[in-house]
Amino acid sequence: MTELTLVQAINRGLQQAMHDDADVVMLGEDIGLNGGVFRATDGLQKEFGAERVIDTPLSETGIVGTAVGMALYGLKPVPEIQFQDFIYPAFDQIVSEVAKFRYRSGGQYPCHLVIRSPYGGGVKGGLYHSQSAEAYFAHTAGLKVVIPSTPADAKGLLLSSIYDEDPVLFFEPKRIYRAVSGEVPDGDHRVPLGVAKVVREGTDLSLFAYGAMVHPALQAAETLASDGPSVEVVDLRTLSPLDEKAVLASVEKTGRAVIVHEAPRFCGYGAELAALFAEKALFSLKAPVARVTGYDTPFPYALEHLYLPNAARIVAAVRTTMAAG
Amino acid sequence: MAEARAAPAEAPVAANEEPPLSDVLSAYRTMVIARVMDERCLTLQRQGRIGFYVPMQGQEAAQVGCAWALAEEDWIFPAYRELGVALARGIPIPLLINQFFGNSGDEIKGRQMPNHYGYRRFRFVTASSPVGTQISHAVGAAMAARLRKDPIVTVSFFGDGTTSSNDFHAALNFAGVFQAPSIFFCQNNQWAISLPREKQTRSATLAEKAAAYGFPGVVVDGMDFRAVYRAVAEARTRALAGGGPTLIEAQVYRLGPHSTSDDPRRYRSDAELAEWRDRDPVARLKQELHEAGALTEENDRAIWEAAKEEIARAVEAAEKLPSVDPLSIFDDVYAQRTPSLEEQRAGLQRELAAGGEPKR
Ligand SMILES: Cc1ncc(C[n+]2csc(CCOP(=O)(O)OP(=O)(O)O)c2C)c(N)n1
Ligand SMILES: [Mg+2]
Repeated sequence: MTELTLVQAINRGLQQAMHDDADVVMLGEDIGLNGGVFRATDGLQKEFGAERVIDTPLSETGIVGTAVGMALYGLKPVPEIQFQDFIYPAFDQIVSEVAKFRYRSGGQYPCHLVIRSPYGGGVKGGLYHSQSAEAYFAHTAGLKVVIPSTPADAKGLLLSSIYDEDPVLFFEPKRIYRAVSGEVPDGDHRVPLGVAKVVREGTDLSLFAYGAMVHPALQAAETLASDGPSVEVVDLRTLSPLDEKAVLASVEKTGRAVIVHEAPRFCGYGAELAALFAEKALFSLKAPVARVTGYDTPFPYALEHLYLPNAARIVAAVRTTMAAG
Repeated sequence: MAEARAAPAEAPVAANEEPPLSDVLSAYRTMVIARVMDERCLTLQRQGRIGFYVPMQGQEAAQVGCAWALAEEDWIFPAYRELGVALARGIPIPLLINQFFGNSGDEIKGRQMPNHYGYRRFRFVTASSPVGTQISHAVGAAMAARLRKDPIVTVSFFGDGTTSSNDFHAALNFAGVFQAPSIFFCQNNQWAISLPREKQTRSATLAEKAAAYGFPGVVVDGMDFRAVYRAVAEARTRALAGGGPTLIEAQVYRLGPHSTSDDPRRYRSDAELAEWRDRDPVARLKQELHEAGALTEENDRAIWEAAKEEIARAVEAAEKLPSVDPLSIFDDVYAQRTPSLEEQRAGLQRELAAGGEPKR
């Protein structure tokens, strides 16, 4: 075990995979000599060489398209998109190619790669350095979408993603790259994909969150602990495929659900959870499902503190839900 | 009509890269099969027996000439119009015909429209529809092969219109920077659906775009099997020697419609078509073989007859095969079916059990 920040844990995970498996290669903008703008790949080019840690020209479609070719050939590429806000130039490659290769080839060409990208607000990044675009990708059949919230999960989920057989979009909560640290197992630590985690047990209400939002959700649960309801917090960890069993088990137990994410509300990931509860847990519900999300606006710069869900807003939603039934 | 222009600077053609005559004869046979199969498939579509078809007539010499200059180990990244390349690769005719029918003999399980096939064992990667995306795949695969020290090249196929796409630029730029052992084979068939070549780009040639990426670009007469062969062999030798990528612009003509959904009379003249028909690449190679004493009229007739028979047999067999398994719709989305896919699969299974399969 070593005490690491979340971004250090990612760096260790990458280092572990590159050390253990010669097929693992990385490519992206400024990831080599510079170690990535967030230092996630710090030191890796020095250790593994410029042929495996590749500084690319500034083109996201080029980065992902090239990684696809490498994956088809049998490598395990881990391309980095510098900010998730800049993933859109690669959207066609991801949605039309990465997601569909296995299917369209009748299983002949799996296209396994891990696209890493920092996402989310809280860093004064304005419209184009703050977005949470997970819903676009969770909507696409053939992709897996993974978002860690702790250093240990970051390393463990990353290593599982690299050794998975399917393409994974691995979104890293940049707001807590350094703000959160914790004990991380050494070596080839794996956390299985598709398994949610109850990070705080409770009996009256379930909070569902992922990535950076797990932390204000936990804070809200603690705030309410002394005199309020007993709140359970579920960290989804993998958005696609969703651990349906775990989320349904929690709602069936508590009878109340509040969903938290930074992304805009309309057609956001929370809508899928709410629909799932309506379809499969309606008769366990004692109150309407609530969502605490970003607003249906572009991500604002000066007013990001108002846009982003925080513990106070989550506490208020929990109180309203408890009052409703 | 665009004449094949002289190659820009830095486009040497090696004199020693000549295919042996016996090889040229089997290449000719492949071109004939492509021509016959293409015509047959257009008819099948008109008769409603297959759903759609993308013809390639006029591009036989370019496609077969290119494939002929490659090694079996080289990887092909095709677009949707590469029947000649597929046949030259040795992909069996019945396999292709079954794909057009989307039946249970289709190895890609009826997943895609006709022409969007691919077979891993032939190193012929499954095509998609969005134009250009495959170009950067070829660059990535070339870089991967070099990392593993495999002495191969990758070849991407695309059209004149596709040189305007994002991925064309990104891929050529990456290939130049990384000196990838990759060949960009552009078939300039003068049209991108209804848009003529000169409205696609202001550049005088497509090949000259390579200069901006720092590697050679060559224009070649794509109606001339030997010229294409030489240009590709030369590019391949250079790539394997560490000399980096090459862009080849093969000037051809799409003699048929863009696809069976297209009516070219809306946008191009009969005169233009007639002019290019006179340069038919299949007829041209026949003439060359004839002059070299390698092909008699009688042999030629036999080649056409054999092609017709083989294709007729494959069509007959394909029509006897049952359709694809309905429940296979849920396979190959992921390596393993997810719980929600299992649930949806069970739902379809119940639906089929209750009411049978709705009409296709
Ligand atoms: C990204 C994208 N946009 C539009 C289309 C529709 N489309 C299919 S083929 C085509 C023209 C392509 O022309 P060219 O690259 O010259 O190839 P050709 O069809 O002539 O072989 C178009 C516009 C497409 N398949 N993909
Ligand atoms: Mg064209």
